[in-house]
Amino acid sequence: MANQIEETRIAVTVNGEKVSKLIEPRLSLLDFLRNELELTGSHVGCEHGVCGACTVQVNGKIVRGCLMLAVQTNGAEVVTIEGKSESGEIADLQKAFHERNALQCGFCTPGMLLTAEELLKKNQAPSRKEIREYLSGNYCRCTGYEAIVDAIENVAATREGA
Amino acid sequence: MKPAAFNYAKPSSIDEVLGLLEQYGDEAAILAGGQSLMPTLNMRLSTPSLIIDINGLDSLCGISVESDHLRIGALTRYVEIENSENIKTYAPLIAMAMPSIAHPAIRNRGTIGGSVAMADPAAELPACLCALRAQIEITGQEGVRKVAAKDFFKALYETAVRDDEILTAIDIPKLGKGFYSAFDELARRHGDYAMCGVAAHAHVISNVISDLTLVFFAVGGTPVIATNVMAVMEGKAVDDEAIATAQSTLQNDLEPFGDLHCSADLRMHYAKELTKRVLNNLSTSG
Repeated sequence: MANQIEETRIAVTVNGEKVSKLIEPRLSLLDFLRNELELTGSHVGCEHGVCGACTVQVNGKIVRGCLMLAVQTNGAEVVTIEGKSESGEIADLQKAFHERNALQCGFCTPGMLLTAEELLKKNQAPSRKEIREYLSGNYCRCTGYEAIVDAIENVAATREGA
Repeated sequence: MKPAAFNYAKPSSIDEVLGLLEQYGDEAAILAGGQSLMPTLNMRLSTPSLIIDINGLDSLCGISVESDHLRIGALTRYVEIENSENIKTYAPLIAMAMPSIAHPAIRNRGTIGGSVAMADPAAELPACLCALRAQIEITGQEGVRKVAAKDFFKALYETAVRDDEILTAIDIPKLGKGFYSAFDELARRHGDYAMCGVAAHAHVISNVISDLTLVFFAVGGTPVIATNVMAVMEGKAVDDEAIATAQSTLQNDLEPFGDLHCSADLRMHYAKELTKRVLNNLSTSG
């Protein structure tokens, strides 16, 4: 079927700012954020949902930015690692990752942080096994995860004690 | 790795979906959670000319408790099923399988209807639905029909849903008195597709098993119902001898394939190990 592609206008809130753009339906949420809005903190990894580097929040829940179309976010609230960093919501996680050397190249870190944030919202005192299970969808090819699990465990303990 | 161009429609009623399906036939793809469809689009394994986004159809969302069954709308997301007390109470097998299905970010989007309609041979839910003797509701221009799970999965990625129809709900019989479930799988990474997995459901009383359903996944093109093992286990107490019999009978039920991750022999070995685990698990439940 010959296909005349119609561009679609979407209105979406990204990191608290309202954005309206005319886009092609095939544009992924990830490419929309990176290429249209220049929010390059969400990373392009495998583009088929395996690596977790593209993790962003849509309506308060983490999703794969590569497995959602940008047109689907019409009317939604999207928060990326840039938004989370600026708001200071995950400052303790970021500090713990830094201190515990829980990143080397940093490619997976935005996804790791957003996933860890959701875990600690649901479960304030997760075991190491629970941390590993929650992070199972996020690949790190540098650190071997041990330091990442340590960092999240430390933040959970500190928040509990606070 | 970007999808080929397509048009996008977001209908607000099932009738509108059916109208588009009639018009576009196999040129259309239904977008539910998108967690299997989007990778195939990104890799251009599928190049539909129209994406029908059904995420606006609220009537397809949610879990309701009926007199003798649970009704799960096709658009109900994994995360909701995972957190549902009704699922834990009336269909514990589904609750047991949930943590093994992909990862949190994927469970936040993925839907039960999408998984079942996609019919990935390594997916957990198709096997669970066969084990629980669920009914799958399909809606088309002529109305609504229901197909038993065991007849729904036809071949690799092929189901009873025709091009002009849509899967709308899943009915799961409520847990019967004295019935228990067990679930296990072996995967290279927690949440990845299994190399071999099994869903089991049976009546158990003081270690004696009856009315067993034992369904494997990731070992063939569709969920594989181990009818021979089910027959030999009828009325048996679970002990080492019964488990050995079940394990040796497996070769009459399964013809596993080999791939990059796992040879055919290793799959069979895993199937035997998983059979032992779920039978032991069932026997200590009742």
